[in-house]
Amino acid sequence: MLTETRRASQFPSSGGASGTLGGMGAGVADATISMRGLRHSYGELRTIDGLDLAAPARTVLGVVGPSGCGKSTLLELLAGLREPDGGDVEVGGAGDGGGRLAHCAYMPQRDLLLPWFSALDNAALALRNRGVRRAEARRSAAGLFERFGLAGFEDARPAELSGGMRQRVAFLRTLIAGKPVLLLDEPFAALDAITRAEMQGWLAGALGADPRTAVLVTHDVEEALYLSDRVLVLSARPARIVATLDPPAPRAADRDAAVTSPEFVAARERALHALRTQLPAFEIHPMGGKGTPQRNGAAE
Amino acid sequence: MSERTGDGAKRWLLPAALVAALVALWQLAAQSGAISDALRLEDFLVPAPSEIATTLWEDREVLADNAWVTLQEVVLGFLLALAVGLSFAVALHLSPTLRRAFYPLIVASQTIPIIVVAPILVVWFGYGIGPKLAIIALICFFPIAINTLDGLRSVDPDAPKMMRTLDASRRQILIRVEAPAALPYAFSGAKIAVAVAVIGAVFGEWSGSNSGLGHLMLQDNAQLETARLFAAVVVLSGMAIALFGLLALAERRVVRWQ
Repeated sequence: MLTETRRASQFPSSGGASGTLGGMGAGVADATISMRGLRHSYGELRTIDGLDLAAPARTVLGVVGPSGCGKSTLLELLAGLREPDGGDVEVGGAGDGGGRLAHCAYMPQRDLLLPWFSALDNAALALRNRGVRRAEARRSAAGLFERFGLAGFEDARPAELSGGMRQRVAFLRTLIAGKPVLLLDEPFAALDAITRAEMQGWLAGALGADPRTAVLVTHDVEEALYLSDRVLVLSARPARIVATLDPPAPRAADRDAAVTSPEFVAARERALHALRTQLPAFEIHPMGGKGTPQRNGAAE
Repeated sequence: MSERTGDGAKRWLLPAALVAALVALWQLAAQSGAISDALRLEDFLVPAPSEIATTLWEDREVLADNAWVTLQEVVLGFLLALAVGLSFAVALHLSPTLRRAFYPLIVASQTIPIIVVAPILVVWFGYGIGPKLAIIALICFFPIAINTLDGLRSVDPDAPKMMRTLDASRRQILIRVEAPAALPYAFSGAKIAVAVAVIGAVFGEWSGSNSGLGHLMLQDNAQLETARLFAAVVVLSGMAIALFGLLALAERRVVRWQ
């Protein structure tokens, strides 16, 4: 079923993408995500303790939590890159690691573009991995370059691109894989504030045009509330859910208006309050970023 | 382009000036008899750079013939080490079991005193090129294998994970991610290897041979042909520098993203 909600027409729809990817398998399938009683530990260190979560198909689930609470581990468990110690994890109905891996595309915090490939070859990696010939893979990816604002940079090396462009190439690479579930691990953490806000608006448009099930892990409460249909606030390690929030206007076209509305600000305060209860006093920082510890500030 | 050659000339200027100054100093010391007097030696045992240069020209055919023999040994021995070293690095990278089993052995291979082993290899393989290749490869193998192995393991641990979610097989991760990342490391190892390869060739020739620069040095030493001994050393150094330069050039052409 391909219900196309074309909110931002400059972005490829899933139908359009599958057409462009010519013969790479029909449109992207739907997939739900669920975890029940999930437990995981690294040796003695318990990272996740009895976590339950669920995301319907084509919704974005935001996950925020204090540093080192196991957010990245959560994504690796979903992706089938890691197995839990207990509990169930299912992605698109598949419970085994290989099946989950087949459903998920993972976008790491650092863009991890391969410096020896051009932007286009980086974006086309998934097609090349499936045995598509280089010329054909490049042609498929090139069609999307223009719509992602990357036209003219096809043969640029990653080092020649700006941070925002690199992140867009990395997202395109994830999207072209054609997986029903996108796992985004702090995708914009490395960007400056203005570029980050711009990229959040851009990602909202891209997800509107090509809806996929997505899990967005982030430090940034505002980012989670703006991009997600539901936001989970995790506790300090071992991770469990301390708050569940439903943002007022997920991926609204006018980002600046959306994030300053009274409902949004109230939701942000609730999320921050939930986070604050999880942090030792000296780690509190209003925007969830890695700010200077307050005690140091007081001492100066 | 012109800017680049300008930079290149500047880069060469300093070492060239240093070498020229050292040679000039040596020339003065040798010509005035200062060195031979201090060491209480006959003058002909301390050749001046000008005499070495004359010998280089006058004995050019003997030197070239022997250099050709040594060059073949060095290049073939190096290529052998490259093939074995790279294969070992990839095999040890892909299999933790192999890595645990072989790593100590690889380190141990470097503790073998080549001077002791060389004569035995000559007894085993004869006076031909065989024992020389074995000795050169034994010396070159280590820096190539260890550097390449380090390079293969240098990739961000998230990169293979990202590739797996993009449906990459283990082989594709090796070819598209790990191997390119390891290339600069492999070149570093190869450059170290080629510089020590000429020493391996000389050891090999000393242990038993009838040609090559090492063989020529032994003869010159016995016959007190000191000037030609130095001339052979100059040719040998030139060979190592040229091979090193070739590798550096290849690296610049291949590793373009750095």
